[in-house]
Amino acid sequence: MSSTATRALLPPGAQGPPPAAADAVPRYSQYHLVGSRHPWRWAGTALVALLVIGVAWSLITNPRWEWAVVGQWFTAQSVLHGLGETLRLTAISGILGFVLGFLLALMRLSGSPLLVAVSWTFSWIFRSTPLLVQMLLWYNLGYLYEKVSVGIPFTDVRFFEVPTTTLISQFAAAVLGLTLNQAAYSAEIIRGGILSVDQGQLEAAAALGIPAWRRSTGIVLPQAMRAILPTAFNEIIGLVKGTSIVYVLAYSELFYTVQVIYNRTQQVLPLLLVATLWYVVITSVLSVFQYYIERYYAKGAVRTLPLTPLQKARKYLSTHAAGKVTR
Amino acid sequence: MSRPAQTRGLVEITDVRKSFGTVEVLHGITLTVQPGEVTVIVGPSGSGKSTLLRTINHLEKVDGGFIAIDGSLIGYRGKGTKLHELPEREILKQRTEIGMVFQNFNLFPHFTALENVTEAPVVAQGRSRTEARKLGLELLDRVGLKDRANAYPRQLSGGQQQRVAIARALALEPKVLLFDEPTSALDPELVNEVLDVMRELTESGTTLLIVTHEMAFARDVADRVIFMDQGRIVEQGTPQELFSNPQEERTRAFLSKILEPAFNI
Repeated sequence: MSSTATRALLPPGAQGPPPAAADAVPRYSQYHLVGSRHPWRWAGTALVALLVIGVAWSLITNPRWEWAVVGQWFTAQSVLHGLGETLRLTAISGILGFVLGFLLALMRLSGSPLLVAVSWTFSWIFRSTPLLVQMLLWYNLGYLYEKVSVGIPFTDVRFFEVPTTTLISQFAAAVLGLTLNQAAYSAEIIRGGILSVDQGQLEAAAALGIPAWRRSTGIVLPQAMRAILPTAFNEIIGLVKGTSIVYVLAYSELFYTVQVIYNRTQQVLPLLLVATLWYVVITSVLSVFQYYIERYYAKGAVRTLPLTPLQKARKYLSTHAAGKVTR
Repeated sequence: MSRPAQTRGLVEITDVRKSFGTVEVLHGITLTVQPGEVTVIVGPSGSGKSTLLRTINHLEKVDGGFIAIDGSLIGYRGKGTKLHELPEREILKQRTEIGMVFQNFNLFPHFTALENVTEAPVVAQGRSRTEARKLGLELLDRVGLKDRANAYPRQLSGGQQQRVAIARALALEPKVLLFDEPTSALDPELVNEVLDVMRELTESGTTLLIVTHEMAFARDVADRVIFMDQGRIVEQGTPQELFSNPQEERTRAFLSKILEPAFNI
């Protein structure tokens, strides 16, 4: 840029650089731009790549991983049955846990001191005791209370009475334990999400005459979901693997099933690998769900939504194809 | 300012008191606003202007006194010698007759502009979606935002958001509209687009109560200006009376601080 042009950009009366100094600046307009180099970044990348290759190589070549055994059991009838049970436990306790957690969160945020205290105590008890202990307690409830009955308290009137042991099966104990434990944690997650929504939203809704239930579910909850979802999916993924704890009830979910098999065949590591791979598959599928659900609740929260990987791929393909046609 | 005579939207505020903790922020306010009247409330921050406005639609419960719109008590029902607070459902019904516009817009960010406007007519008044949609588009057109009906609030400027908020308040066809510092959160160059919409509303015959620091606007549109300080009404009158010839020392002190020297009345 010439010194006259520099001066022309300055407001009248402003002091430009001295002409001598400006003339000393060489003209750069025909120079090429070269980005700075990052040699250590390349060195780091090479090192990590070597490590990844090393790990992959050992996984493939070390015969003790017994991939043939893994393949043999991966889709075996009993394993698939265990997988189904794991999914069933996760779905039921996950849904029930979050519904109960939502109610507990609303109780905790309500104006009633009793509801607040009950909700707080619930979370306190179930977060303070190990899940394993809770499971065993539920399963052995029959020892504490022989019969479960519905009637009028402090009288002999009973409408309905059943021995506890028939009511609390392994499945019931597992669902009960997982649900109540999950509810205690999700209550706090949902409460945190609700608290993150601006108070003005509730005021505006109340000023418009919108009923309380709709204010909670239509105005606050959808906005709270942005804060709730990442942690909630953490919880669900934790629950998928957490269901393996019901092996103490000899309940034949995925983990118990592979244990039974390797106790018979003595192929411990390959069978643990079978279970591990299935947990990885479930978690991966859940992560995809998480991505799209989070994206759904992001509407209105960001100015423009970023493209999904699928949309990106489609865009790439279409521009790529278009490029070919024009050529 | 002369306007066609209105029959609905009479606001009677009688000896209203309100405390936050041990601090009394409203020391017995009495004020009657005629149907269709445009009243602007001015005063320093902390003077209780916003609190007074929020008691009118029962967003703040009063600790004493009462408020009536067109003769019916807001938030309470008289029974014997006592005033019983109304059940939530009836308070919500009363609120549908009182629109409110907030300083921070408080638009629902997960709803489009149109959905923001149609939410209350559908949910609170039980109108059909088609009907509400038609009304919503009309109102967005009225505030000059018909082409942004499907935009989310984050995609709109502050001035546009506040205009959507005004359309949302109008959707319930309220008798009374409350504006709580509607332009205070806006960049200076966006203030006028909101004031223009409000100016148009002053001709609609809806009773307007406006808390604002926009003195030029108050002078132009108000039938009456009220000066509040420390939870009391210090002085009130026509804009001419209050701005040109304030009687109270505190009013003069406030106005001299807020009006620029070049501001001619």
